[in-house]
Amino acid sequence: MAYDAQTVRRLVARGKHWDKVFVIIGLLSLMVGVLTLAVLLAGLIHDGAGRLNLDFFSNFPSRRAERAGILSALVGSSLVMLVTALAAIPLGIAAGVYLEEYARKNWLTEIIEINVTNLAGVPSIIYGLLALGLFVYAFDFGQSILSAGLTLALLILPVIIVATREAIRAIPGTIREGAYALGATRWQTVRDHVVPYSTGGILTGVIIGLARAIGETAPVITIGALTFIAFLPEAPVGGEFPFISFEWLSSPFTVMPIQMFNWLSRPQAAFQENAAAAGMVLVVLTLLMNALAIWLRLRYRKRIKW
Amino acid sequence: MSSVSSQVITAEATPEPQANRFERRAWRHWGERLIEAVLFLAAFSAVAVTVAIVAILVTESLAFFEHVPLSEFLTDTQWTIMFADKHYGVLPLLAGTLTTTGVALSLAVPVGTVSAIYLSEFAGHRTREIVKPTLELLAGIPTVVFGYFALLMVTPALQYFMPDLPGFNMLGAGLVMGVMIIPYVSSVAEDAMRAVPMHMREGSYAMGATRLQTAIKVVMPAATSGIVAAYILGISRAIGETMVVAVAAGQQPNFTFDPRESGATITAFIVQVALGDLPHGSLEYQSIFAVGLVLVLMTLFFNVVGHLVRKRFREAY
Repeated sequence: MAYDAQTVRRLVARGKHWDKVFVIIGLLSLMVGVLTLAVLLAGLIHDGAGRLNLDFFSNFPSRRAERAGILSALVGSSLVMLVTALAAIPLGIAAGVYLEEYARKNWLTEIIEINVTNLAGVPSIIYGLLALGLFVYAFDFGQSILSAGLTLALLILPVIIVATREAIRAIPGTIREGAYALGATRWQTVRDHVVPYSTGGILTGVIIGLARAIGETAPVITIGALTFIAFLPEAPVGGEFPFISFEWLSSPFTVMPIQMFNWLSRPQAAFQENAAAAGMVLVVLTLLMNALAIWLRLRYRKRIKW
Repeated sequence: MSSVSSQVITAEATPEPQANRFERRAWRHWGERLIEAVLFLAAFSAVAVTVAIVAILVTESLAFFEHVPLSEFLTDTQWTIMFADKHYGVLPLLAGTLTTTGVALSLAVPVGTVSAIYLSEFAGHRTREIVKPTLELLAGIPTVVFGYFALLMVTPALQYFMPDLPGFNMLGAGLVMGVMIIPYVSSVAEDAMRAVPMHMREGSYAMGATRLQTAIKVVMPAATSGIVAAYILGISRAIGETMVVAVAAGQQPNFTFDPRESGATITAFIVQVALGDLPHGSLEYQSIFAVGLVLVLMTLFFNVVGHLVRKRFREAY
């Protein structure tokens, strides 16, 4: 078959016509996500803005919707996040450093790597079941802030490990060679060069992980967080000797997403307004954290040129 | 410059006695080993967590299957563990899980794939820099908020078109779940397509193919293994998603594949039981581990299938 130039040109023109059609379809597809985000935010604001005042932040949950607030949930979320951060950050960074800087290429390393990848894909509710069997009953931590914090720490561990590894991998080998040439040991190299230089990437991973943890509902419900908490756990820092108390670790608690879920599952419209308001707080928190992470990543990507 | 530094070195290197230096090095060596061991334990915790998950799911499930025969679990079409007349058939929960997952994928796969093609082959640098972070933000929104969206915004909108739709239905929940997993599908698929070497596209353009023809007939086949990985990720997310279905799909286990009805998924059932006061060691308590094991096996199954498909279609350039 022989085409003359005219025919070929016509064929290409027709193909280009489809290009334009696809551009429109592609933009529409992208809009699905972006528009959903916009509608979701607008809806939350429309439904919940009326409830969002100072009392909402300083009141305990109540049987009367208009007097209910998120104080205990906010405090609960903060304390759970504290435990999560304290457990997950050192563990995740240590694991990442080991896999990048120390691990030899052998079957053991491979098993660890496969496990990290797989854990990232395990549904979050399964972590809840693990924690229910292990932390709540086997270790007897009870349905406490400690159990919840550790559960979420395990959940975000893969995120931090992967972020740490990527950040470390971006550091050129010459930096390490320079340190070794000056007589530094491996640990000195890691402590004084590798980890400090990868702080940006690690921080991004930590923030993304914590943003995910703060919004996680399923695993925390599974370990049996209560939905109606009208008191605060004992303060971690007190005025009397020994100033620091660990009572709060074993306290029952509720967290923001569970409070929202609780209001959401009630039929009365007044409570659903509360749910919307709690949702706004939650969305703003996670959006801020994620935006901070994205900004950090862009900033570090621009600044560092080896 | 060099004379100054050599002076400093000679000044520092002279007086220290030999034995002392060896001692310090020995100590240092020991410290290095200790640190390596600690770091290794941290990395090994990933293995420990996996082992713990499997051990707990299996032991509690074994206890469950002492009371409930496996045949009933797999064939009975009713799951009424919370009622007086107890039936232990996992099929309704499986049906709920598969139905919501199916609805979610029927939205997320086409939209995610088209988005990925657009971002990888058509969009300029600027568009990509704006859209990708936005999609990431979408992925970061807590799932319980999406539950709110499904129950109080999407379902009423659907009821406008389908007046018979019940307030709790799998369609609304599945669609919202689909939107939720679009970012996962599109970003992994896009990465795969962008990894296709430029010279393949150039070859195609040289033959007179347009962008779209190149994208569909050259780039996508070359990136099949990565695109399949994106779909598998989407399926895993949808199967394990909890809060959207727990809030918006209703919590009645219902053996149906009709998305317009209400139904309970495996995850929604676990939440439902966990919300009640469950005595440790009771049959209800053990049942959530048994269905949890089913959930893990399903995820595993799809991941193995995905792995095989990826291997079959892997292209190396």
